[in-house]
Amino acid sequence: MNWFYFSSPSTFYGLAGRLAPWFFVAAALLAAWGLYLGLLVAPTDAQQGEVYRVIFIHVPTAWMSMFLYFIMACYCGLSLVFNTRLSAMMARAIAPTGALMTFLALWTGAFWGRPTWGTYWVWDARLTSELVLLFLYFGYMALANAFEDPRRGDRAAALLALIGVVNLPIIYFSVQWWNTLHQGSSVSFKGTSMHVTMLTGMLVMSASAWMYAIGATLVRVRSVILERERRTAWVRSLGAA
Amino acid sequence: MTDTAARPQAEGSFSAGFSWAMARDLTLAWRHPDEAVLTVAFFALVASLFPLGIGAEPQLLARIGPGVIWVGALLAAFLALPGLFATDYADGSLEQMTLSPHPALGWAAGKVAAHWIVSGLPLTLLSPLIGLQYGLAPDTLGIQAVSLLVGTPILSLLGGACAALALGARGGGMLLALLALPLFVPVLIFGAGAAEAQATGMSPAPHLSLLGAGLIASLVGLPFAIGTAVRISVD
Repeated sequence: MNWFYFSSPSTFYGLAGRLAPWFFVAAALLAAWGLYLGLLVAPTDAQQGEVYRVIFIHVPTAWMSMFLYFIMACYCGLSLVFNTRLSAMMARAIAPTGALMTFLALWTGAFWGRPTWGTYWVWDARLTSELVLLFLYFGYMALANAFEDPRRGDRAAALLALIGVVNLPIIYFSVQWWNTLHQGSSVSFKGTSMHVTMLTGMLVMSASAWMYAIGATLVRVRSVILERERRTAWVRSLGAA
Repeated sequence: MTDTAARPQAEGSFSAGFSWAMARDLTLAWRHPDEAVLTVAFFALVASLFPLGIGAEPQLLARIGPGVIWVGALLAAFLALPGLFATDYADGSLEQMTLSPHPALGWAAGKVAAHWIVSGLPLTLLSPLIGLQYGLAPDTLGIQAVSLLVGTPILSLLGGACAALALGARGGGMLLALLALPLFVPVLIFGAGAAEAQATGMSPAPHLSLLGAGLIASLVGLPFAIGTAVRISVD
């Protein structure tokens, strides 16, 4: 078995096209289940009332914003060290979804903060570092597209993404390191302080966010591959067929 | 063409590259002192705009002083960034440096060190004077200067990495702002936090310790990143 068979853009193009719809279907089913649990089944929170239900969008998108940056940085590292073309394309394809997740996490957080904290925004460590993450995604995308030669953009942006990894532990541990208004984590590997339906709903929504992110990345990487390889014979034969 | 195998290979070293690049950039800066003067003038001007815009009550000024001085220094350091690599990139000197026997780590660190001496150090030295305009107490002035002394090298290193990455890119200064300013945020928070803590009667030590840790981490990691970024930009 050749483990590197799908590391070539031309073979991965077909695989991504076959897999993407399944990820979207899984995302839709999981979202339907998760929203049903979150909005209809899960009990009203004793302290926050109904407004806590924002967490079913907020927590999964916030997790994804960090995971996706980490995965993007891993692809960037691969592309810098091994100079593999597909890694750089995958990193480029992940960035917009990561930025979207970061934006959604900030936006839903603001809507949760207004009734709960009495303000849309506070300059505490968690919120500020998440905002920096959004700008890191923007910076990555801007730098990747700022050069005539796309390979040059790949490498410069990859190095930027690796420098920006420093921000991830800052976001994750900000609620422990600083005395922030943002609450600490309710979920950990040791157990949880949440009602079990709430936790299930949140985990199902997270799985849905994963499936969506993978599907969206696969669709986007197909466009990146087509754009990059447009002068090759196999892309031309796609148009002819 | 003589055969290269017979000729002894030139020995490169970190220290030789470092001192050569630093001496070269300092000489260049000394011969055209206007750039360094402009950076300092910009800093003084920005710091003077705030009392005129916000209002000149002494309590207000003493409270916003540390933050304003830090933001001014940060912007001045940012505006000095394009000079770090852009001219050398345009006239091909940067490519020659990558071909030199010295490791990129050495001359990249040397260039950044020279850049800090020309931009960060004058800002640090001027900051007590600006602080006096804001009516800061003498001990706050001292902590302010110390925080700038530790913090501005981080700005030069981080900014140097971003400036090297953005060489030859479309979008110029705006792109550099998008890359560098978010990375400057932690430095600003801890730098301004140190002076603010001192002004409000708390200990500035935690902020200064974190800044110092940031400086050590930057010194270890970023010259390597800058060297890599320059090599990406020239090939």
